[in-house]
Amino acid sequence: MAARVLACASCHGAEGEGTSDVYFPRLAGKPAGYLYNQLIAFRDGRRRYPPMNYLLEFLPDAYLQKMADHFAALRPPFPAPNIPTDSKEILARGETLVKEGDARSGVPACSACHGPALGGMEPAIPGLLGLRASYISAQLGGWRYGTRTAAAPDCMQIVAGLLSEDDVKAVAAYLSSRPAPNDPSFAPRGSLPMPLECGSQPR
Amino acid sequence: MPRTLTRLIFTLAAALVATSAMAQQKAPDAATLAKGEYLARAGNCIACHTAREGKTFAGGLPMKTPFGTLYTSNITPDPSTGIGTWTSDQFFNMMHNGRFPDGGLVYPAMPFGSYTKVTREDSDAIYAYLRTVPPVKRINTPHDLRFPFNNRSLILGWRTLFFKEGVYKPDSTKSAEWNRGAYLVEGLGHCGMCHTAINALGGSSESQAFEGGLIPMQNWYAPSLTSNKEAGLGDWSLEEIVDYLKKGVSARGAVYGPMAEVVYNSLQYLTDDDARAMAVYLKSLAQGTSPEKAQPPLPSAETSLLVSLGKPIYDRECASCHGAAGLGMPPHYPPLAGNQSIQMVSAVNAIRMVLNGGFPPGTMGNPEPYGMPPFAHRLSDDEVAAVVTFIRTSWGNRGAPVSARQANELRAATLN
Ligand code: HEC
Ligand code: HEC
Ligand code: HEC
Ligand code: HEC
Ligand code: HEC
Repeated sequence: MAARVLACASCHGAEGEGTSDVYFPRLAGKPAGYLYNQLIAFRDGRRRYPPMNYLLEFLPDAYLQKMADHFAALRPPFPAPNIPTDSKEILARGETLVKEGDARSGVPACSACHGPALGGMEPAIPGLLGLRASYISAQLGGWRYGTRTAAAPDCMQIVAGLLSEDDVKAVAAYLSSRPAPNDPSFAPRGSLPMPLECGSQPR
Repeated sequence: MPRTLTRLIFTLAAALVATSAMAQQKAPDAATLAKGEYLARAGNCIACHTAREGKTFAGGLPMKTPFGTLYTSNITPDPSTGIGTWTSDQFFNMMHNGRFPDGGLVYPAMPFGSYTKVTREDSDAIYAYLRTVPPVKRINTPHDLRFPFNNRSLILGWRTLFFKEGVYKPDSTKSAEWNRGAYLVEGLGHCGMCHTAINALGGSSESQAFEGGLIPMQNWYAPSLTSNKEAGLGDWSLEEIVDYLKKGVSARGAVYGPMAEVVYNSLQYLTDDDARAMAVYLKSLAQGTSPEKAQPPLPSAETSLLVSLGKPIYDRECASCHGAAGLGMPPHYPPLAGNQSIQMVSAVNAIRMVLNGGFPPGTMGNPEPYGMPPFAHRLSDDEVAAVVTFIRTSWGNRGAPVSARQANELRAATLN
């Protein structure tokens, strides 16, 4: 498999560890179901990034599943977390949003789906640690502007729509400043409350 | 929209006629339906008549042309929005003559210019099959063409110049296999739609059939299939051509760009016999010509500079897969030495491969293809020009050098 997916290495790293380009995400150790959903979404154009849409266009489901399984099983070390350059207030706001949400604007706690340790939940909710700030804000932006969509009902589109620009900046700053566990432990399927319904993760 | 209105009225009238006509028709047997499904694959109806993530055959796929955007039609048997009320005569008239049931002219983006060669029997089988697919209610999206191209009477001009009606006539001096190949390539396969230079009106000209051309809007070059100077199939073995068409990879080269779509959606489903028949015909098309080799490029100072810059880039970025001597590891990593497709006068394909990378299509014969990384984000225009010049001129290859400007222009090409 490693040889078959060398085409991915220059952007995602040979082990799916990510590269120095802050916009290219890590793939290793994410839940296989999540990675598979992303590959299908890129192939079918529901999630847009033209170089990847192009590469995957004529690949069958079974092969995309194998690619997902391959990267899900890899465990390269995480990069050191970001040394935060944002103010304490911004980081504190981020932490509150992630752990408790914001009752006033209706934002649910991210941890209600992504897990108290933010390691994600089987089979299709990814962890939120080990991602870089610009990647996180680009993804939340993608949902708000419709260049990224997940299976309907798309709960992340609702969540992203409830966040203000400042909120996005705060969660991205906070999440990217947290160290990632080297062995990701996903919460078991169905173990988290999930305040909204998500098409990619049936309750 | 007067045409829509007349068509609507006509459809209503046709519906009455059709119901009585259909009552008299025998239900087609399973063999006819299976044949119809197979032929619909060979004609690749599904690729154009299905939108991304849309329902099968419900149409709505945008087709960008230099004149504006066309939207493909709903060809499911839905009576009000699809072709549920069409009779087999009306269907044949569309395939064979490019006319709607009311006599209206069809845009040649629907490849009736090729489908005209399809026999009545085969058209009826496709018709029978299409009647059995799930009906979908989806009103056709109006085309979005610029003036004057939004006027369908212009199609008359195109037809006078480029359309020749007629079912395929077998050549009795050739084998049955050759004739079957010719029938598929010239007819349902509509290969000439891309492999023939496209003229200003979007038609493929009969006199230049299969001579190759740059596909408008897509910026890929479909090589000539008629001479050894471009595709060079005359030098390929039949097995190599069959592998290329059915599996998407072969010992001589892999499928990429728009050709990947054709193999993925259509050619991989051909029977071995039909793929071989196509190969026999394609090989004979190329064999008639003298294997013209391009002249060796004049060794100008600029070329030798590009080549000397290109070699280290090649050794660093490409040799691990394509080999230091350009031999590749076929079929998974195609050879570059002696590969006709990178030496053509048009360097578009080789430049785009380096910029965009690619996977051959995942087919039944090669379900897990190896891929090539894109280099657009890692190599500068100068570096792309240098490495492409290097592969076009090394190991006995005789392509012409390319400039950084050509590489730069193709960065903006739409990916999909
Ligand atoms: C040209 C660089 C590039 C190449 C080559 C590339 N990717 Fe990506 N990939 C990206 C970028 C950038 C994103 C984030 C896109 C976005 O903004 O949504 C991404 C996102 C992804 C994601 C979603 C990650 C997540 O956490 O949501 C997966 C899975 C993925 N890529 C797999 C692959 C595979 C498998 C290959 C090889 C077949 C590949 N990529 C090749 C750049 C690339
Ligand atoms: C109702 C459940 C739910 C809640 C609450 C939720 N998420 Fe998500 N999140 C998901 C699901 C499901 C996905 C996977 C979507 C997909 O398949 O593309 C996801 C994906 C993501 C991703 C993409 C990760 C990647 O690698 O590309 C980010 C970033 C993200 N969520 C951030 C957040 C933040 C920040 C919050 C809190 C403000 C939050 N999520 C709250 C369910 C949720
Ligand atoms: C290269 C793309 C392409 C392919 C391949 C193609 N079509 Fe079409 N087809 C079109 C377009 C575009 C139209 C609309 C033409 C117009 O409006 O003048 C169309 C129209 C039609 C219509 C008219 C329906 C209506 O009510 O407007 C029928 C029937 C049809 N196609 C059948 C087929 C069949 C059967 C095949 C396969 C054997 C096929 N097409 C393959 C592009 C394509
Ligand atoms: C949508 C446009 C399109 C259609 C339709 C199409 N081709 Fe192609 N074809 C291309 C392009 C572009 C290339 C160059 C890329 C490549 O070599 O893979 C190509 C390459 C080829 C080659 C390889 C030539 C070489 O030496 O590398 C063969 C053989 C071929 N096509 C045969 C066919 C046949 C047979 C059909 C009809 C069944 C067909 N093509 C239909 C666009 C098309
Ligand atoms: C990881 C392996 C790998 C690397 C590295 C690689 N390629 Fe490729 N190359 C491939 C594969 C696989 C294909 C077939 C891709 C397809 O069909 O879409 C290919 C196809 C090509 C083609 C089209 C040939 C044909 O007839 O199918 C050209 C030209 C090419 N590569 C040039 C290069 C150049 C120049 C470089 C370095 C800048 C390079 N490649 C680096 C694997 C690789």
